[in-house]
Amino acid sequence: MVLVLALGDLHVPHRAADLPPKFKSMLVPGKIQHIICTGNLCIKEIHDYLKTICPDLHIVRGEFDEDARYPESKTLTIGQFKLGLCHGHQVIPWGDLDSLAMLQRQLDVDILVTGHTHQFTAYKHEGGVVINPGSATGAYSSINQDVNPSFVLMDIDGLRVTIYVYELIDGEVKVDKIEFKKTSTTNSAP
Amino acid sequence: MRTFAGVEDEDKWLAEGIAGIQHNAFFMHRALDANNLREVLKYSVLMLSELRTSKLSPQKYYDLYMRAFDQLRQLEIFFKDESRHGLPVVDLYELVQHAGNILPRTYLLCTVGSVYIKSKQAPSKDVLKDLVEMCRGVQHPIRGLFLRSYLAQVSRDKLPEIGSDYEGDANTVMDAVEFVLQNFTEMNKLWVRVQQQGPGTVREKQEKERNELRDLVGKNLHVLGQIEGVDLEMYKETVLPRVVEQVVNCKDELAQYYLMECIIQVFPDEYHLQTLDTLLTACTQLMPTVDTKIVLTQLMDRLSNYAASSPDVLHEFLQVEAFAKLSNAIGKVIETQLEMPIVGAMTLFVSLLTFTLRVHPDRLDYVDQVLGACVVKLSSVPKLEDARAMKQVVALLSAPLEKYNDIVTALTLSNYPRVMDHLDDGTNKVMAMLIIQSIMKNDSCISTADKVEVLFELIKGLIKDLDGTNTEELDEEDFQEEQNSVARLIHMLDNEEPEEMLKIICVVRKHLMTGGPRRLPFTVPPLVFSALRLVRQLESQDGDIAGEDVPATPRAVFQILNQTIEVLSSVPCPELALRLYLQCAEAASDCDLEPVAYELFTQAFILYEEEIADSKEQVTAIHLIVGTLQRINVFGVENRDTLTHKATGYSARLLKKPDQCRAVYACSHLFWVDDLDGIKDGERALLCLRRALRIANAAQQMANATRGNSGPVTLFVEILNKYIYFFEKGNPHITPSDIQSLVELINNEMQSDNGNTTIHSDPFFTSTLRYIRFQKQKGGLMGEKYDPIKL
Repeated sequence: MVLVLALGDLHVPHRAADLPPKFKSMLVPGKIQHIICTGNLCIKEIHDYLKTICPDLHIVRGEFDEDARYPESKTLTIGQFKLGLCHGHQVIPWGDLDSLAMLQRQLDVDILVTGHTHQFTAYKHEGGVVINPGSATGAYSSINQDVNPSFVLMDIDGLRVTIYVYELIDGEVKVDKIEFKKTSTTNSAP
Repeated sequence: MRTFAGVEDEDKWLAEGIAGIQHNAFFMHRALDANNLREVLKYSVLMLSELRTSKLSPQKYYDLYMRAFDQLRQLEIFFKDESRHGLPVVDLYELVQHAGNILPRTYLLCTVGSVYIKSKQAPSKDVLKDLVEMCRGVQHPIRGLFLRSYLAQVSRDKLPEIGSDYEGDANTVMDAVEFVLQNFTEMNKLWVRVQQQGPGTVREKQEKERNELRDLVGKNLHVLGQIEGVDLEMYKETVLPRVVEQVVNCKDELAQYYLMECIIQVFPDEYHLQTLDTLLTACTQLMPTVDTKIVLTQLMDRLSNYAASSPDVLHEFLQVEAFAKLSNAIGKVIETQLEMPIVGAMTLFVSLLTFTLRVHPDRLDYVDQVLGACVVKLSSVPKLEDARAMKQVVALLSAPLEKYNDIVTALTLSNYPRVMDHLDDGTNKVMAMLIIQSIMKNDSCISTADKVEVLFELIKGLIKDLDGTNTEELDEEDFQEEQNSVARLIHMLDNEEPEEMLKIICVVRKHLMTGGPRRLPFTVPPLVFSALRLVRQLESQDGDIAGEDVPATPRAVFQILNQTIEVLSSVPCPELALRLYLQCAEAASDCDLEPVAYELFTQAFILYEEEIADSKEQVTAIHLIVGTLQRINVFGVENRDTLTHKATGYSARLLKKPDQCRAVYACSHLFWVDDLDGIKDGERALLCLRRALRIANAAQQMANATRGNSGPVTLFVEILNKYIYFFEKGNPHITPSDIQSLVELINNEMQSDNGNTTIHSDPFFTSTLRYIRFQKQKGGLMGEKYDPIKL
């Protein structure tokens, strides 16, 4: 069982003061093995904070990030899964599933994680899974009018991944769960 | 007069004295064993005569005294047992008074007196009175002090307190008190006289010696505090006034300081509350060199703790008007002690404020009053430079923040900003950061423009360069931390009423504009997004709201936004400005404000053309422009055409061919929007794809020319995917054969490479083909569409 935290689009301090306290109290150091971040932190303080939760931090560049050295996209392997990471402002039209599927094929990954729309989605298609963890702070978005703070926790266990989405709605943390299983031959439809 | 001798000499004399005592004690014991009263008395007198020395320092004299003391215990046992010496105690009492020298005489008298009282043959009070008078005969300071100390020791359990064996008549407690008071008064007088004229080094030693003796005097106060039957009334009417009288009249700095401290520590806090007038008046009557502020601070700290101990006591504080009395006393002390350094005055104010916050937290007027007095004092010094004083002022300002978790309360204290004005610039910023941290920690929300105004005045050290500071000197990291804190703060300013929110935004903007080019990149974005949130709120409400100065309409807000982003050109940071313009443009589109949206796009384009030269930045900027434009539906045909034409033009002129290619095919989406009434110009979309294809071809040729082999086929596969995209969406101009030929093209490119393909395109092409196969076997409409394509 490998826990992977996926979050992004915090936009601190441009659009939000900080993560919601209820989220901060849940993100305890030492419980998570990897963090993948879709970008737009935007400042080093947030980077450092994420590192205290888990030192294995993978991050890609959002268009408002202070640090210009983050890569435009990244791939990594965790257990049996290949993951791809990209902020998403590079994929036009923004939030379009088919265009994201193209990126997924291009990066050759089972799970693609992108952000930018501040809207949680988890979509299964022929090529694999596309996840958007939303905005962890519920930051303003020109794309999405009704943003709730959200982040995703993936539990990777062998060929199965369970995706938990945590959303802060009206002051309460609501959790939902989706499961995906990949067959042993890579990238074939289940 | 005792001269200060060398230590070796003193040790010698002490040794001699001890030898003397031991010698005579030996014989005294022999006499005790023989029950020979005469001999006992003789040797006890000789022994006690060793205490007549004037050569020893207090520490050494104490040593000698203790040995004698031990022997006197034995003696007392002997005296008590009439069967051993045959004399009734009354007669014994008479007999010992015949001893030659007064010191041994009085020690013996006290010892017998102890027995006398225990025998109850005379009232305790009478014997004690006699003894305390007798001690007068010894006026040598050190000898007298130890003698009276002995009297205090032996009398302790024989006081006529209530409930003791020696309780007398109705006045009994008074008698006990009277005795102790008299002993105390005389001891203090003796103690004060332990003086020596001499130069500085001598004085130091003298002070040390005096301090060694002080507990002898202070013990009496402890006893007074413990006497059964001494109630508040008696304390107030008799005990305290008499003690204070002695303290003030002795006019000795050391004694006054020590005894005031003693009083405060020994007697209960409730008593202090009820005798505030007496105590505080005494404080003002002390010698000017006494550190009254420490005394006052101790008093206030004790009272603060007392108040915190239980809520019931609070009404006592109100009843005696504690706050008024204390603040008056402090004011007087600061006024009269002109040499008091500023740090001392500040320490006093901190104690008073702590007291006020504990005891009267709801009385903001009291808190403000303390701050006001502080301001007056600070105004009297030209410039506050003492670092310790500065620390005290910071403590003073932090106290209300910690007490009232709500910053808004602190903001109502009119003197708060005035105190802050007196801090030097560095400390001012430290304080400003503390204020912001307090707000963040408590998740406070500041919701009116007036309060925001006050707040930004308080933190002005962070907002702009104060006179005398130079931003160049600041440490980069510290500066960033400061500015990011200010940025975060802006999100804590909020009001649901759009009118008020707009006012808040205007106030914030006014202050931020004074920040200068170094600060604007940090502070402008949060302001912009705060305003965009307001626009969204206004848009979701019906109708316009007429505000006072500025009507609260989206249009008005966009004007403010435009002017605000413009200012970034002075920094300059065109990339940030471009992003902000695009965000605003999309928001304007959502509000149906076509001219505003167009204007904002124009600004963004101008920045792109004139200010953004870095290739990588250009690529990102194009993605943002195209991505935004793709979503915007407010433009009429003409405007849309102009903008898309510009965007595609920029895309085609990017430096690197692959970047060009990708940007151009991204532009294809400008002509096809998947909404209900979105534009669906299949022909122009395809034109973009074909153009992209040409660029990809050119890129391949360049690779051939420069490296001798073709580059990766990635670009072709990407374009293929785009063809598939529009094909699926129903673009009539894209046929299955178009897709077929592209697939073949890619196959050719891969083969001509002699197996030198990069890893990238293989899996990409493979998975694309797999996708096509998947769609074919789907059946239904999709399957039909794909059917003509043969792989």
